[in-house]
Amino acid sequence: MKQRWSGLALAVGAMTVSAAALAAPPTAEMLSNACAGCHGTHGGSAGPSMPSLASQSKTAIIEAMKKFKSGERPSTVMGRLAKGYSDADFEKMGDFFSKQKFHPTSQAVDPAKVKHGAELQEANCSRCHLDDGKEGKDDTPVMASQWLPYLNIQMQLYQSGARKMPEKMAEKVKPLSKQDLEALLHFYASVK
Amino acid sequence: MTMQRRDFLKMVGAGAGVGAATALTGCATQQAAGGGRKVVVIGGGYGGTIAAKYIRMMDKSIEVTLIERNDHYISCPFSNLYLGGILPDLSKLTIKYDKLAANHGIKVVQAEVTGVNAAERTVTTSKGVFNYDRLVVAPGVDFRTEEIKGYTAQTPEVAPHAWKAGPQTILLRKQLEAMKPGGTVVLSIPLAPFRCPPGPYERTSMIAMYLKQHKPGSKLIVLDANPDIVSKKGLFLKGWKKHYDGIIDYRPAKKVTEVSADGKSVLIEGIDEVKGDVINLIPPQRAGAIAVSAGLVGPDKNWCPVNPTTFESTIHKNIHVIGDACIAGAMPKSGYSANSEAKACANNIVNLMNGRAIVDFSGINTCYSFLSAKEAVEVTGVYLVDKEKNVIIAAPGSVGVSPDLSETEAIYAESWLNNILTEMSS
Repeated sequence: MKQRWSGLALAVGAMTVSAAALAAPPTAEMLSNACAGCHGTHGGSAGPSMPSLASQSKTAIIEAMKKFKSGERPSTVMGRLAKGYSDADFEKMGDFFSKQKFHPTSQAVDPAKVKHGAELQEANCSRCHLDDGKEGKDDTPVMASQWLPYLNIQMQLYQSGARKMPEKMAEKVKPLSKQDLEALLHFYASVK
Repeated sequence: MTMQRRDFLKMVGAGAGVGAATALTGCATQQAAGGGRKVVVIGGGYGGTIAAKYIRMMDKSIEVTLIERNDHYISCPFSNLYLGGILPDLSKLTIKYDKLAANHGIKVVQAEVTGVNAAERTVTTSKGVFNYDRLVVAPGVDFRTEEIKGYTAQTPEVAPHAWKAGPQTILLRKQLEAMKPGGTVVLSIPLAPFRCPPGPYERTSMIAMYLKQHKPGSKLIVLDANPDIVSKKGLFLKGWKKHYDGIIDYRPAKKVTEVSADGKSVLIEGIDEVKGDVINLIPPQRAGAIAVSAGLVGPDKNWCPVNPTTFESTIHKNIHVIGDACIAGAMPKSGYSANSEAKACANNIVNLMNGRAIVDFSGINTCYSFLSAKEAVEVTGVYLVDKEKNVIIAAPGSVGVSPDLSETEAIYAESWLNNILTEMSS
């Protein structure tokens, strides 16, 4: 068997086939590493307005990319970039980032807001945002340790209606004051 | 052919990567068996640091040596903001190599590369000779100064290019500061391709902003060798009209061919003289000098042709060229492109050294430009290889620019810088 294969390898060597024509389709690693220039190595962000993708659930990544691609979720660069990929690519990216370790961040938060936010999380958000927002499940993103500026930008997009809140989330968010929401974001940013 | 393409490639291994299976399959086997496992990377910028890091992240059994002439690197992206006065100094743009070396077990050598011997697989430096099994060349650009009459070693000291961030950027800033109000600044843009297509126009914006704030009555004459603005044209024109009307005098198709010894005057096509109190003369460019001396540049004598999947030179086997120096099809010569190319190159070097199938290239470019202290714009694209033409193309629909000047883009741009420099330095 082995002999036969190596014979074939020799035969192929003689053909002038370009490397690209023979290469395997992009792997999850090839696709996802390209994202790290903006989202950090292995999806752990060091930029305050960029989310960490590390440890997000596979479904959350896929859904986010699909919504960027369709324009349902507002963005600057992401809508265009998403158009460069197929659903199969999104699957691979989701798979890659879901397997990366949670990325804790150290950022300045207000302890009083964190305390109030923790209570609000427990009472309102904990059924979907599991484990203090550390665990991503289905299409619910990991909130813990995301940078405060990123969380603020997204909350503003929700409040303006540019980004559509899931119904369950809208019900919970509606009665909360501006101060409550700020406290919640400080809480998520503080979780390591 | 009955067998699966991928299985088939596993057998062919490294050979397919360079279209010479017979010669190299044996070599790959030897490497996989613990023979040669050495990669040398020349250049510690946007491409080189990432290639070194990702090879080590993907295969700890490969020994990686990064050779860089300086003990630090200063980012060209964002250096225009220092000229504009948004950044007080270059500290935010400066990275060191100690964490990168320690975190990933990369041997960082501060030395000047003096030669590459492709046949012997050696790199000669000011600190000795290094053997490699595969070499990554990431030297950035150097200048075709011979195309500008009168350009000497002293010219950058009087008419700075500031197209490599560092002392040149500081010199240009000092010249702007020293200029009297009502003075004239001349910015000369070379013919494309050059490093960072929107860079000269961001620089135009930042110098104009500085003049508007600090040097009332001053003018900025932009002499562009290109027939038109090369990148993000509509957005730059909009920003210039909004903020710098009456300050910027943009003149397309004006190729500077000569410079005076005092650096205060240039000639367009050898005839029309343009004088300035400050002249920012950006010469035409080619691949970094080491790529040229190693014989890696193609028939155009300027840029390095590479296999678009592995970034292996089509001239010398076992040498890969990434970043500004290589010809990467539709990908622009940008920091993000270099980052993306470096990862794909690293990925396929690891595949080749382990006798595995190479993987299709997939890369991204995202490139921000500032038009004012708070507004930025960007261009993005996803890139892949056209298998029939064997060239990197843009994924349909992925390439485009910001719809308008945007404060949000400026906020994202700063995080772009944080992330990409953190990737390079840790």
